[in-house]
Amino acid sequence: MQFTFLLEQVVNGLVLGGYYLLIALGLSLIFSVGGVVNLAHGAFFALGAYVSVEITKYLGFGSAVVLSPIAVAMLGILFERYILRRFYTADPILSLLVTFGLAMVAEQAIRIIWGAPPLSAAIPPALRGSVFLGDFLFSRYRLLILAVVAAVLVGVWLLLHKTSFGRVVRAGIQRPDMVAALGIRLQPYMTVIVMLGVGMAALAGAFFAPITIVQPAMGADIITVAFVVVVIGGLGSFWGVVIAALLVGVVRGITIHFEPAAGEASMYVLMFVVLLVRPRGLLGERIEKFE
Amino acid sequence: MTSYSRRTLLKTGAAFAGASALGFPAIVRAQATRIKIGHLVPLTGFLGAIGSYAQLGVKLAAAEINQSGGIIGKQIDLMSEDSVNPATASTKAQRMIEQDGAVVLLGEISSASSLTIMQVAERNKKVFFSTGARSDALRGKNCNRYSFHCDIPNTVMVNAVGTALNQKGMVKGKKFFTLTADYIFGHDLLKAAKTFFDANGATLAGDELIATDVTDFSPYLLKVRQAKPDVVCCNLAGNQVTNLVKQYAEFGFPYPLVGFNLNTGDAWAAGEGNLSGTWPTVWYHTLDNPASKAFVAAFTKKYDKPPENHAWIDYITLKLLAQAINEIKSTESEALIAHFEKQTEFDIMKARKGYFRSWDHQLVQEAYPFTVKPKNEMKDKWDMLVLGDAVPVPTEPLEKIYPTKTQNPCEMKA
Repeated sequence: MQFTFLLEQVVNGLVLGGYYLLIALGLSLIFSVGGVVNLAHGAFFALGAYVSVEITKYLGFGSAVVLSPIAVAMLGILFERYILRRFYTADPILSLLVTFGLAMVAEQAIRIIWGAPPLSAAIPPALRGSVFLGDFLFSRYRLLILAVVAAVLVGVWLLLHKTSFGRVVRAGIQRPDMVAALGIRLQPYMTVIVMLGVGMAALAGAFFAPITIVQPAMGADIITVAFVVVVIGGLGSFWGVVIAALLVGVVRGITIHFEPAAGEASMYVLMFVVLLVRPRGLLGERIEKFE
Repeated sequence: MTSYSRRTLLKTGAAFAGASALGFPAIVRAQATRIKIGHLVPLTGFLGAIGSYAQLGVKLAAAEINQSGGIIGKQIDLMSEDSVNPATASTKAQRMIEQDGAVVLLGEISSASSLTIMQVAERNKKVFFSTGARSDALRGKNCNRYSFHCDIPNTVMVNAVGTALNQKGMVKGKKFFTLTADYIFGHDLLKAAKTFFDANGATLAGDELIATDVTDFSPYLLKVRQAKPDVVCCNLAGNQVTNLVKQYAEFGFPYPLVGFNLNTGDAWAAGEGNLSGTWPTVWYHTLDNPASKAFVAAFTKKYDKPPENHAWIDYITLKLLAQAINEIKSTESEALIAHFEKQTEFDIMKARKGYFRSWDHQLVQEAYPFTVKPKNEMKDKWDMLVLGDAVPVPTEPLEKIYPTKTQNPCEMKA
């Protein structure tokens, strides 16, 4: 019984990890290709949630989870074109400062537009409740999120590994100088990567609005977790981020099972241990420009 | 490089010194004609959403008081800031008294922050009205004669909901599973809840202490299901109540969810169809009395939304404070304490008047249990609660639902 219950916590942790993954994958991609730690990534997550709550009022939940990430991804294009682009080759401190500042501006902007009190959002009645798979209990809604995450994951993997676009991006992560020598400009690729990254963050926001509180600081709360996942997974590695996100979710679930008070600290302990053993992260590759 | 930055530092330092030298006389001059009042409330973090309502409430009260001529002929200078956390709350309280010249402090929702401000108030011999903190310990073992408590304490919330649950037969012989906020407020509430369960024949099937930064409750919900309780009871605060309510609805468990703490701001954020069960409240904007209606109208006109219970409590606190100062024509701490300890009654927009109990400085007042209105009966999105009868019933003394001297002893040091 005890073992089954523990297993249930593990599986539940995997689902939660999937949610972290949506945010962390974009953060990791932007960092790997552009060399910019996008501290404003959480702001796009929050925007995704707010925009989806607005759209839900008029067009319903189904349209909201599709349209909101698209709208936010468009904003991502502007963000890349007019702000991020200036900092690829600059001192990393500058891009940290500018994205950190932007995160604060975005949070205040949300406060001005929508107000400080949280917005109310709910799951459509049809998606409520839990289902039993064998002896395990799952929230029906979270299973849907898991399916969406899996689909996105497959899509991104195919894009990076089976298309010429992906080949350039992967080469750009490793040897931007060689890519340049071949006469390929990385900037248009970066625009797409940022669009994709913030779009995924907004997708996470849209799906989590009904089951978490929609408030201005929600972006600031999630960016720390996403950053920890990226660090644990290691830079430049697709599967590193995937494994790290799932691991963080599972370790949290197991910790809460045995020692609830340590639940929220568990991911930092995990990061500490991983960095001690593998300073580059679980599957982090040796990337020359970051050494 | 080094010499450059050192020079910049010196310049900046000089500029700051110059600015404060210029600014200082202005502050001193302002004190003669204005009364400075410090207001601290969490505007960020898990209590930030309801704290922002408290700030709107106190600002409305200050504006109305100033418009009608101020207090003893002086305008109020209200300084309202984010208290952030217990340490910052204490630093800011000290600064407001020492540097800004606040004659009295009010505000706070977090019991942990309120406790540190209470200590600052005692040290500086200034009166502090703790408007929104609910821990019994603040009125009991941590009490001091400079601190007054406006919100209902945990014991009252437990009694308000408990009475309603008892009437529905949801207590005797039932197994409860509690989810409790892991800080002074939650520990205190759990203690009050356990006392209630013991006294009314209920048992505790399980209890989880939950850190205030938890946003995903799924691992805890799995534990709830494992324990198979009869009733699940939420002893959380602020944003966490909203999060739990949403995720509880997501999992759709058959065990009813009730709670011993809820602010209407958290209920409004829960989302359609997510909230159910019986909860306590201290005030709601649909209360039917003239004073309450006038306040709701003024607030809604100014801010375009109805007031939440923390807006109400910070509003009435500043109003009753102004009334007291006008009566005794003084802002001296000793005079204020003596006035309130006479158990002077105040209109607090409820059927019965309230008063600060002399021995623990608790604002004794009615409380209400509430349930959730079906959607088709709601007039607007704010109109989602059905208030139960006020507790205690009109024929009983108000103090009946409050802890007694032996239950929560308070020894005020002189």
